[in-house]
This record gives sequence, structure tokens and C-alpha cells, in this order.
Amino acid sequence: MAWSFALPFLLLFTVFMAGPIMVALVTSFTDLRVTDIRNPLSVDFVGLENYLAVLGDARFQKAAANTAVFVLVGVPLTMALGLAAAVGLNQGIVRFRTFFRVGFYLPVVTSIVAIAVVWRLLLGTEAGLINGILAGFGIDGPGWLTDERYALWSIIAMAAWRNLGFLMVIFLAGLQTIPGDLYEAAEVDGANLWQRFKGITLPLMRPTLLFGAVITGIGYVQFFEEVFVMTEGGPLNATLSLALYAYDQFSFGNYGYTAAIAFILFLAIAMLTVVQFRLFRTEA
Amino acid sequence: MTTVAPTRDSATAHAGPRRGGSAWWLYLLLIIGVILLVGPFIWMVLGSIKTTGELRQVPPTWLPKNPTLSNYTDLLDRLSFARFFLNSAIVAAAVTAGNVIFCSMLGYALAKLSFPGKRILFAIVLGTLMVPAIVTFMPLFVLVANLGLVNTHAGLILPFLVGAFGVFLMRQFIGGIPDELLDAARVDGAGEHYIFWRIVMPLCGPAIATLTILTFLGSWNSFLWPLVVANTEDMYTLPVAIALFATGQQETNVALLMAGSVVVILPVLIVFIFLQRYFTQGIAMTGIK
Repeated sequence: MAWSFALPFLLLFTVFMAGPIMVALVTSFTDLRVTDIRNPLSVDFVGLENYLAVLGDARFQKAAANTAVFVLVGVPLTMALGLAAAVGLNQGIVRFRTFFRVGFYLPVVTSIVAIAVVWRLLLGTEAGLINGILAGFGIDGPGWLTDERYALWSIIAMAAWRNLGFLMVIFLAGLQTIPGDLYEAAEVDGANLWQRFKGITLPLMRPTLLFGAVITGIGYVQFFEEVFVMTEGGPLNATLSLALYAYDQFSFGNYGYTAAIAFILFLAIAMLTVVQFRLFRTEA
Repeated sequence: MTTVAPTRDSATAHAGPRRGGSAWWLYLLLIIGVILLVGPFIWMVLGSIKTTGELRQVPPTWLPKNPTLSNYTDLLDRLSFARFFLNSAIVAAAVTAGNVIFCSMLGYALAKLSFPGKRILFAIVLGTLMVPAIVTFMPLFVLVANLGLVNTHAGLILPFLVGAFGVFLMRQFIGGIPDELLDAARVDGAGEHYIFWRIVMPLCGPAIATLTILTFLGSWNSFLWPLVVANTEDMYTLPVAIALFATGQQETNVALLMAGSVVVILPVLIVFIFLQRYFTQGIAMTGIK
């Protein structure tokens, strides 16, 4: 009986999700190319050759370094901003509460491609709004996306701008599970705002913070659309991400090689998640 | 379900320290935050009714000098934006319908029925949430190519008809429906399918609303898969069209891009403002368990 409810899902799930994952794993040990697409079983096994080639490629190393910076800077930055917004909204704000919440959450629901297009223009060297505002203060703004030194940081800032609202909503829900009596008792004991935040909010928010860090981390490791639209990985690979690198190899028809990159990416996500669980583990 | 509501409300009532009114500087900070987050959208909408010349002008302007709707008429006349819009809507509607039906069915089986391998199945499904999209998309492309579905709506839709998120959400929600209700129906001789469609699904309104909105949104905004599967203009979805025009070889028409971005964002924006409760509720539903 139960299986009749599970069957339609399982069928689609096996064909379009579980199956492809297994196929990708096998493919990563073969020399499958786009020319074999009609006859995928005729390929040869090459052992770890794809993985070794990927790890030895200078473009991969650059992409891995960029992705690491994007995650290690972007996740804490986005979490800090999201937490600040949530704590701010949780201080008994009554008026305009919905207005603030909608405003902060707005970038989350909009198409990342459309946002990237708008930000590309916003960050334009000459006719861009940001440099236009800076020029008003007599500052000569840099080429945010065309200068190797600034490009990746600009993309990180955009990602934090886009995703902080998502974390704000998660953190708000977490904050509302903390009993108000705790704050009142701490206030009676003379704890100031910062002490209450550090002594009550942060420890009790650990599970929620962990959830936010894991979800954001999984997303950030795969960042793709932003750089596809805004910089195409440039200038000089300064914003090349692992996902964009994999996509490039797919476009070149190197399917076995693409699968190897994808599994390295998967491994990175798994490792990041484990590290985060250790980092936020509640001390018993 | 009814037992959850009062505790949540009382938690909200005591949420955070409150001493009389809130400080003015808090409002000031929040207002600055909102301006920074919403500002780019206002600039985009204003930019979409400017001329290309004005958009390339140094220094940039906020308000359009000669407001024009020609960018929007160009989208329809010179590029087939109505077609891209339709493609996006068809794909998103089909993907959403599939997720709501199939994920609810499995969610019901996982929450209320017992069968061998239940726990392992749930763990495997949830585990796929960690698998990056780039892992499956190459085998999916080979599969779809061999089925002859490249550059078709079916090719855009089929791989996304089910998803782990929907199963998780529906299982959590259906788990909250009291067993007594279902047992009473069983005593009256109702079959499991009758119970599911006539009793469980009508009670799942909030969860279905949340799943509908989040799935539709995810599909509407999705990019990587349509980019690979839609090869000719008549199959492009909105994000693919915009990204390819933005990065194309020919001189990009900036004003047209701004108008195109408005077309992608505006429907989502309107839906979001009216239904924002369901967006945030969905996150709370899955996040804090």
C-alpha cells in the first residue's frame, strides 16, 4: 500500500537524481567525451587520470583558491549581516516591521541572473552608479569588476547583499524561541546589551546558526551565475569559480573530466559541512 | 497543529528585550539597510525607462530625463520576450505541479504509513540536498539527449519534477496531523488513497502554499539546466535569454537589459509582496525543527 504512494516519486528520483549521481561517479573514471554521447558505454576506464589531471591544472588551482576565498569570507560576512538585521528587527520594533522584513528579503526572491545584470551595470567603471556616487565625493572609483584586485571582493559583496535576507528570516525564527525572561533576568543582574548578546543570544542560537552556515555554505561553494554573467571568470581568472570551471570543461565536451571536477566539488561541500558541525557543536 | 500555535505566539510576545519604545538609531540603521537592499531595484526600474544614451552617460543619473517605454516595446518586437516569458511559466507550472503531487504522496507514506526501508529511503533522499547541481547535470544531459528531448519543454521539466526539499517539507507537516483523525476514517472504511486526497491534502494548505511558491520561484529563476538544454531562441527561458544577451558577442543594449531584468523580477516581486508570509513561513517550517 505504502509503495503506491512512494512509487511515482521513486521512479522519477531514480531516473533523474540517484541514477545520474552514480553515472557521474563512474564517468569520472572514464574518458567520456561529447563525441561518445550516443554510445556512452563504449568508453575506456582511465582510473584516477581525470582527478590527477584536474588537480594538476593551474586553472583548477586558481578556481579552487577563488572558491575558498568566496566561501571563507562570504559565509561569515553574510551570517554577520543577517544576524545583525535579525537582532535589530527583534528589539521590539513595532512600526514598519513588515516593511523592513520585505525590504531585506527582496533580493533573495529575485532571479540571480537579473540581479547580476543590474549589478554589472551598477559596478560599471564609468557610467556605474557606485562610481558615480563616489565621484560626487571627489573619489575616483576603481574598475570594480575589471580590476583583478577588486573583482572577487565585489562579487562577494554582491552575494552577501543578496543572501543576508534569507539568513535574517532563519535567525529571526531562532531568536523568537529564546524566552524573554532570560533577557529580563540578565538585565536585572546588570548585564549590558553586548553581554546579553554574547551570553544568551549566541549560545542559544547555535543550532540555528549551524543550519544557516550549512545552507549558505552549500550554496556558496557552487557559486556560478554571478560570475557567468558579470565577469565570465575574468579578469585573468580572478573570479573563476569551481562550478564555472566545470561548466567550461562541459562546454569543451570533456565529460569525464567534468565529472571529476564535480565530485571534487561534492567532496568540498561534504568537508565544509563536517567542519561546520564541529565548529558549532554545542558543548554538553 | 493546534497545539503548536499558542506556544509560538507566546514566544513571539516575549521575544527579545523591549523597554518602552525602540531607539531612534535602530530605526535609522534599519532604514539605511533597506535603502541599500532596495536601492538597486529602484535604479533598475528607473533605468529601464531611460535611453541607452542616458544609461551610458557620465556621471550617471537617477531620474530619467526623457522617460520612454520603447525598451519594453523593443523586448516584445525585436526579441521574442513574450515567448521566453511563456516558456518560463510553462516549465515552472509543470515543475511545481509535479513537486506538490509526488512529494506530498511520498511525504504521506513517510509520515503516516510503515513500510520496510522507510528510514533509509528518507536519509538517501535528504542526502541529495548536499549534491551539487553540477554533479548530475552532465549525466542528465546525456540521458535527455538520448531520449531526444534536448530543446523541448519535456527536457526542461522532467529532471525537476521531484525534489528532496518538497519531501522534507511535506513529511514534517503531515507528521503534525493527528493519527486519530486518519484512524477514524479507516474505521469508517476509507482507503488510504481516499484518506490522502480527501483528508490529508485539504489539511496541508499552508505547506502546499509554501511548497508551491518556493518551487515555482526556484524554477522561474533557474539557469544552469535551461542554459544547457534550450539551444534555440524559441526554447529560451527568461534568465537564459537575459544572460545570453548580456554576455553575447554583439554590442549589448544596456537599456534593453534593464527592461528585461524588470520583466524577470516584476512578477516575482508582486507575488512576493502579497504572499510574503508564506515565503518566510516556509523557511521557519523547515529550519527550526
